[in-house]
Amino acid sequence: MSDADASETSGKFGEYGGQYVPEALMPAISELDDAYRRYVLDNEDGFMDDFRARLRDFGGRPTPLQHAETLSSRYGFDVYLKREDLLHGGAHKLNNALGQVLLAKYMGKERIIAETGAGQHGTATAMAAAHLDMDCEVFMGERDINRQRPNVFRMRLNGAELNPVSTGSGTLKEATNEAMREWATTVEDTHYVIGSVVGPHPFPTMVRDFQSVIGTEAKRQAEEQIGGLPDSVVACAGGGSNTMGAFDAFVDDDTVSLVAVEAGGSGLKIDEEEGLAPNSASLSIGEEGVLHGARTKLLQNQDGQILESHSVSAGLDYAGVGPELADLVDDDRVQAVSVDDDAALEAFHRLSRTEGIIPALETSHALAYLEDAEDLGENVVVNVSGRGDKDLESVVEETEKRDIDGAPSMGVFE
Amino acid sequence: MSAIHAAFEDTDAALVPYITAGDPTPDATAAQVRALAAGGADVIELGLPFSEPIADGPTIQNAIQRALDAGMTPDRFLDLVSGLDVDVPLVCMTYFNLIYQYGDDRGIEPFVEAAADAGLAGLIVPDLPVEESDALKAACDAHGLDLVFIVAPTTRGERLERVLERVSGFVYVQARLGTTGARADVSDQTHDSLARLAEADVPRAVGFGVSKGEHAREIVAAGAEGVVAGSVFVDIIAEKGTDAADELETTARELKEGAVAGVAPRPERT
Repeated sequence: MSDADASETSGKFGEYGGQYVPEALMPAISELDDAYRRYVLDNEDGFMDDFRARLRDFGGRPTPLQHAETLSSRYGFDVYLKREDLLHGGAHKLNNALGQVLLAKYMGKERIIAETGAGQHGTATAMAAAHLDMDCEVFMGERDINRQRPNVFRMRLNGAELNPVSTGSGTLKEATNEAMREWATTVEDTHYVIGSVVGPHPFPTMVRDFQSVIGTEAKRQAEEQIGGLPDSVVACAGGGSNTMGAFDAFVDDDTVSLVAVEAGGSGLKIDEEEGLAPNSASLSIGEEGVLHGARTKLLQNQDGQILESHSVSAGLDYAGVGPELADLVDDDRVQAVSVDDDAALEAFHRLSRTEGIIPALETSHALAYLEDAEDLGENVVVNVSGRGDKDLESVVEETEKRDIDGAPSMGVFE
Repeated sequence: MSAIHAAFEDTDAALVPYITAGDPTPDATAAQVRALAAGGADVIELGLPFSEPIADGPTIQNAIQRALDAGMTPDRFLDLVSGLDVDVPLVCMTYFNLIYQYGDDRGIEPFVEAAADAGLAGLIVPDLPVEESDALKAACDAHGLDLVFIVAPTTRGERLERVLERVSGFVYVQARLGTTGARADVSDQTHDSLARLAEADVPRAVGFGVSKGEHAREIVAAGAEGVVAGSVFVDIIAEKGTDAADELETTARELKEGAVAGVAPRPERT
């Protein structure tokens, strides 16, 4: 993994990455980079041992790699589900949140802030902060608050303060802007827990490292269950933390195809006039640019103004993507594909009905890709990044707008 | 000496106002700039609006949104600057992505060249720390533009040295942690920052939270060569819309007089 090794020192992934942040944040980012090297890379004070023990006892790791029987017979290849939905909190997000909150504690910080889109990162951060006795404040767009209400209650129950963000479209992009501003004001005693493999170095590298437990476990479990490597690993990609977490252990295994499934929304296009993209497919149709501290692939107009993105899934609804994923796509190591809102909803219902697992709408994109995929091979690992309980209100609403094959009547809720 | 540096040398204490170009309409900006110059501005910062202004507080975020809604773009911004007939050096404050995307080919050179052709004297890029600035600095040098860097209360030691090696025109001293916006008082951090920058060989202008003549007086009395004020002017435009020129001029004059009043007690610079 030559690029990734280099990134531990430079924060660059080919042309991508870097540290494009206000001057006031640079000392904090240097301090974080130093702490990342000492505690995460060098296991100083036994940090990584502490982290792994907490992931096990508090988080419930390892999560299973489950053979999905119905899906396997439907597709004619063996589908293995990496069950991150069974991690404490119901999504992979805890791997990173617990790592960063623990790191902040080792660094002597007193307070945690975080941005959240779907609320999964916010809830994971709130849980980790409560577990480690840290103050926690979460920034969340108003539109996302309305479509992810259960997570709002969960964050409050864990003692986090919730800060609604009303600017722009009221989604993850605006929440991230606001969290960065708050960090610039309180940087001396506060750590900003970025929820994905985005942002300035060292975040993309560090978040990947905390999430890489997903692929590391899956690789060992695949060895036990199928006697070798899978042929493909499929994961949804918004910012890309579950994606990089699932892929990282396999990047050097050339026989394993890595497929990042983006949110195609209602169409893979950009509307320059309206300043929006009805999708969140920055790997598929984005152009290189700088947003939120890093150079990466972005949904932007000709001038470089960032576009409003869209997805039925709040957790994928973001105009950027992790710089390492952008580089892996340019290198043809990761294949970027997309799935639209309709197909994701169908996959949501399919997994719920046929496998007894209600997946997150984010995950549903990865599952939907199996319908049309070719050449995934005999053994396919799909990362079930989270469970869908948080999405039920959205799913009821969105299902009623559509004619989805096999979806149950939602009228009972009226 | 660059035009910006010279503008500081030509006055006892410089006033550097900021407004967002295109707020509330692209046509309103020229009159606003003339009013600020008439009120005593020595250098004027013109914001080129970017959709994700992470270094700005709510006042300037709203101005940026108004300007974007009214149709301000990088091309219109440069046309506007070309058409201005003021005697005051103009600095463009914008975020890196707009510079990077300008022109048909991605890269910083086309913007810097167009900025110099339009008559801009310098650039301030609040999301471009010195570590990422090699290419932009080289392009600015090649086209005779100053690249102004912000020094925060947290900028110290080796990083401060690197900023000071590279900065030209003036150094923008961020008075306190946080984002832009008017505040009630002058921060203690200002005094510390000015002391750390005593050896700088460019003028020091203090900004972030400067809204009154009294602030300007205190900052200059603490040793600064100038003050930067933005939100106070942007607030006037938010209230008066296209009819803001008179009040901009009055407020600029008040701040300029405050700054100059701070000169007498100012300590000798070592």
